[in-house]
Amino acid sequence: MAVGTADPGGLQLQAETHRKQRTLWGDAWVQFRRHKLAMFGLIILVILVFGVVIGPLVWKIDPEYIDFAISNQAPSLAHPFGTDDLGRDLLARNLYGGRISLAVGVAAMTVSMLFGTLIGSMAGYFDHLDNLLMRFTDIMLALPQLPLLLVIITLFRDTLRDAFGPEMGIFLLVVFVIGILGWMPTARIVRGTVLSIKEKEFVEAAVNVGSRETRILSRHILPNVLSPVIVSSTLAVAAAILTESALSFLGLGFPPDVPTWGRLLFDGQNFLTYTPWVVIWPGMLISLTVLSINFIGDGLRDALDPRQRS
Amino acid sequence: MMQHKYLRSAILLGLLLTLILLVGACATPSAPADTGAATDSGAAAADAEPAATGRGAGGDVNILFWQAVSIANPYLSGGTKDIFGASIVVEPLANYAPDGVMVPRLATEIPTLDNGGVAEDLMSITWTLRDDIMWADGTPFTAADVVFTGEYCMDEEMGCNAASNFTNVESVEAVDDYTVKISFSAAMPFPYGPFVGSTSPVLQQAQFADCMGLKAQECSDQNFYPVGTGPYKVTDFRANDTVVYEVNENYREADKPYFARVVLKGGGDAASAARAVLETGEVDYAWNLQVEPQILNAMEAAGNGQVVVTFGPAVERLIVNFTNPDPALGDKRSEWTPDDPNPHPFLTDYNVRKALSMAIDRTTIAEQLYGAGGTAGCNIVPNPPAVRSPNNDDCVTQDIDGANALLDEAGYADTDGDGVRETPDGMPMKILYQTSVNPVREKTQALVKQWWEQIGVEAELKSVDAGVFFGGDPASPDTYGKLYADIEMFTNTWDGTDPSSYMGNWQCEEIARAENQWLGNNIPRWCSEEYDQLYTELTETADPDARNAIIIQLNDLIVQDYAMIPLVTRGDVSGISNSLQNFQMNSWDSEIWNIADWTRGE
Amino acid sequence: MGQYLIRRLLTAIPTIIIISFIIFLILDMAPGDPTASLPMTIPQEVREQIRESLGLGQPFHIRYGKFMKQFFWSEPLNILEEMTGAQIGDPNRLRLRSWQTRSPVIDLITDRTPQTLWVVGLSYVIAVLLAIPLGTISAIRQYSIFDQLGTVFSIIGYSVPTFFTGLLLIIIFSVRLGWFPSYYDTTLVVHDWPSFVKQIKQMIMPVSVLALFQTAAISRYTRSAVLDNLKQDYVRTAYAKGFREHVVVVRHVLRNSLIPVITLIALGIPQIFAGAIITEQIFRVNGLGELLIRAIQGSDVPLVMTLTLIFAILIVFFNLIADIIYGILDPRIRYG
Repeated sequence: MAVGTADPGGLQLQAETHRKQRTLWGDAWVQFRRHKLAMFGLIILVILVFGVVIGPLVWKIDPEYIDFAISNQAPSLAHPFGTDDLGRDLLARNLYGGRISLAVGVAAMTVSMLFGTLIGSMAGYFDHLDNLLMRFTDIMLALPQLPLLLVIITLFRDTLRDAFGPEMGIFLLVVFVIGILGWMPTARIVRGTVLSIKEKEFVEAAVNVGSRETRILSRHILPNVLSPVIVSSTLAVAAAILTESALSFLGLGFPPDVPTWGRLLFDGQNFLTYTPWVVIWPGMLISLTVLSINFIGDGLRDALDPRQRS
Repeated sequence: MMQHKYLRSAILLGLLLTLILLVGACATPSAPADTGAATDSGAAAADAEPAATGRGAGGDVNILFWQAVSIANPYLSGGTKDIFGASIVVEPLANYAPDGVMVPRLATEIPTLDNGGVAEDLMSITWTLRDDIMWADGTPFTAADVVFTGEYCMDEEMGCNAASNFTNVESVEAVDDYTVKISFSAAMPFPYGPFVGSTSPVLQQAQFADCMGLKAQECSDQNFYPVGTGPYKVTDFRANDTVVYEVNENYREADKPYFARVVLKGGGDAASAARAVLETGEVDYAWNLQVEPQILNAMEAAGNGQVVVTFGPAVERLIVNFTNPDPALGDKRSEWTPDDPNPHPFLTDYNVRKALSMAIDRTTIAEQLYGAGGTAGCNIVPNPPAVRSPNNDDCVTQDIDGANALLDEAGYADTDGDGVRETPDGMPMKILYQTSVNPVREKTQALVKQWWEQIGVEAELKSVDAGVFFGGDPASPDTYGKLYADIEMFTNTWDGTDPSSYMGNWQCEEIARAENQWLGNNIPRWCSEEYDQLYTELTETADPDARNAIIIQLNDLIVQDYAMIPLVTRGDVSGISNSLQNFQMNSWDSEIWNIADWTRGE
Repeated sequence: MGQYLIRRLLTAIPTIIIISFIIFLILDMAPGDPTASLPMTIPQEVREQIRESLGLGQPFHIRYGKFMKQFFWSEPLNILEEMTGAQIGDPNRLRLRSWQTRSPVIDLITDRTPQTLWVVGLSYVIAVLLAIPLGTISAIRQYSIFDQLGTVFSIIGYSVPTFFTGLLLIIIFSVRLGWFPSYYDTTLVVHDWPSFVKQIKQMIMPVSVLALFQTAAISRYTRSAVLDNLKQDYVRTAYAKGFREHVVVVRHVLRNSLIPVITLIALGIPQIFAGAIITEQIFRVNGLGELLIRAIQGSDVPLVMTLTLIFAILIVFFNLIADIIYGILDPRIRYG
């Protein structure tokens, strides 16, 4: 659901930056730091990212190694997260899975932001493209997302797997599909912002001076579009992580030999009453990650949109 | 300082969340034992007077198929679930009992050579029908219905999925109202394909007369509400969801069935079905509980129901590719022709295949992954006992050292020290090992890969969506028939008790290749003259004992040449509530074949 | 307004046709095979016959044309016939049939709609009724404890995946406590008090999981819409004129801020039909989402195609509705 649609238009930050010796970003950071929930989210996220990036280098147990002698063990010193029914170490699996889940989130966000910004700014700036691009956006919005996602993934999983190898293939597919079906809200926001900025005096001045269009677009308009894009990109990361885990949960995302958090949750769901840690860890990790990203998004909105401040 | 309050509430909620999680994980499991009995079906059980007998005295019986029933016409079914669902309503001339022996149902007796029902030349079989059978609509059941059903399924445009039951059938004729003669175009030592078992029951001519050929697809009412001779009739059919059956008032046995209504629910997955029958007691019978053994055991311990397992002909096996699947070969990939066998670089070596088989610990796979639903298997024809080969049981013992020694001797050594052996020509022994997406299969893959690593063979795992893998799209490279892999794994089985047509799958002429659109059944592309000759002998032998001996020999030829490597003999696993009685699990026919006899007790 | 409507309707038609083409194209490239789920005992030659009988051998444009005719012409006529009881045209025209059940796709969809409407629709209604007051109070009392709790609650609400909360609920309330059934009984007919209680019991878990998620989302949106309006000049003017707070809020702020909220709610309605796939899966509600998943797994192309196309049409339709509501409620919008 499109909740965090940051309201476009009316960014008056430009004037403010000239009056004081403070930059836009410095200002935003000061504001952001005051938002305790956002800071809390940032700290949690940094810990999580640090954990999954550095973790597998320190915790060297093979996440795929099967050993029935130690199957279904509760969390202990040797296996802090416990083991699953095949005796695989769950800490290693969760760390490894986190890498993929986070990478999917960031990569899918990048795809959708690039598309959204490109299409939105083109539609907003070039009048003759506006109608065409917005109709296209409407069509994309009218495609039913989750069903289509499921269909596309079932259809092309094996083709891409063959072309790019088992992990990379499905990674590209999931990222591409989530990204390509998620850029439309961003495009609309960007278009709205561009439309309002285009009318501002400083842009008219640049046009009068005779600057080239590409220069106006890159120097004057895009920087102003940045803050709504940043806000919606945090939401996009969270949404992408959720979508990926939902797909894996339906058994349609990554294959079992690629343990993402969603996949771990899916594989473990039958064990919930029996060995709850198999499910609790990945469930908690997904929830915490998405929660902290959303807190950060909330803080960023407050920090970057002066109208929301009190 | 409002920000502090903000933070405090965040922490508070965090704590709350943790608490909820903890409750979820640790809540005392005291309740389920009594709650199970309190839910509807269980309550009905407790209230029902054990003394009450007779038709419809038992109220509802709840059945759960996690793969929901899509259609009630077995000839258009989408799988076993549909055939089972239909078997409550429509009946064949004879069923297979749990011991694999045929029992007459709509016929008076099983025709044999001895009683003259089967012709001496094996070219025809004559069934005598019972004359006291009524369809659910009150009209009499006659030979005309049987003749019609034969025509219905043998119509080529219709897409009948029991067409193979009618192999070699030349004609089905009504000799008189209660005698049917089926003639064959070739000698049939086992003439019990048509109208035996729940895959080919008899449909009512009056109802289906307008549904021949392509029209079969359009007869939704008929396909959902077939008129049958069985103990129940369909009263509410919700495709892919729930089917409700009520007593057939015209059923031949006046005091049966005991239950007035059968509610067959569908949906969910195997684990939730197991939970519903074993733990919460919501249903009386749940079919196909392929669940991790630890979970099934834990659920069974709740005491509301029990797991029932019987073993039939299903065997999970590895298929060894005798041709070269190298992608560089293009169209010649995994392609066998009589002139060019296109041999695999190392899997054509008997020693390699044997070593791969020796390295596998079948007992671990069966116990840890299949639990009650599987035993270590060394034959591709594991049942019935009369055709089970006693010659291969030593495969159960894993022998990694032996396998290593065998490969060393045969000249496969790790020359470059990377842990993977090379063939004498210097080709590394890497195997692409594929199967369908399925948790148990994928876990088996991971285990086998680990064992093969120990004998210096590297396996790359691949799992293909079942809808693609078991599909027959000639354009798809990932079907099991194309076999664009070195090894693949799946379960194969046959219908009924007699494996003779199944054994025909591995003749040279059956090899799957481009010429037959990969529709051939010989997937390993294994060709043995000795096997072909022996199989021809089987088709000409009528004596049951001699036939069984030949089937055992055929099995041994395949298994001892490691053309297919059997792993696990798979059982059928279902669950029933403690109060359901006279349920007879059956691996040779529909599991609900005797639903008319079911009762409820304490 | 009238002219604008006609123009919008006219652009909606090509949009739907393009969408139908895209979906059909994607499904056509599917490597899946409807005969794959048949038992292994059925030999390949027989499978080939079954595929032929499903019409799989025909070329693409013929199948697409056939589908379009069935979807936009035959099936609407059939529905019309059923509603009026009158015979219109050819009684034997081709129907859109599912490959799994060989029955008309429309029948399957009508079978499934009640439970989806009950569960997903009800949760949406609950969510809307809860979210608007929650969001409004949060905005008026910005940074109060109520607002902070609300913020945390709603962010948690849409951060914790429904499949995780769903699993926890089942374990606690179905397995441990045994209060609610783990299966949704679609044959249950509410005719007296006990059956009503039974219906409530089987709905309570899926409805609360979905409602939590949607309340969170809508209340968050309401809050920011109200906040936007509270800072407008007209509010300050109203306060300056000496109106009391609830008058200002109800008469001015709420009326203006509900415009985007109502639009959002209208846009969310199509998701009632499509969005509950996961929840239906977890709580074993055999609704439309479950139907779609099974159809995808079984490569049942006509069913997948019909369902996705209906979703698409609903989305286009409710977009239109949202625009119209906007036009009616917001006098600043002038349709030229």
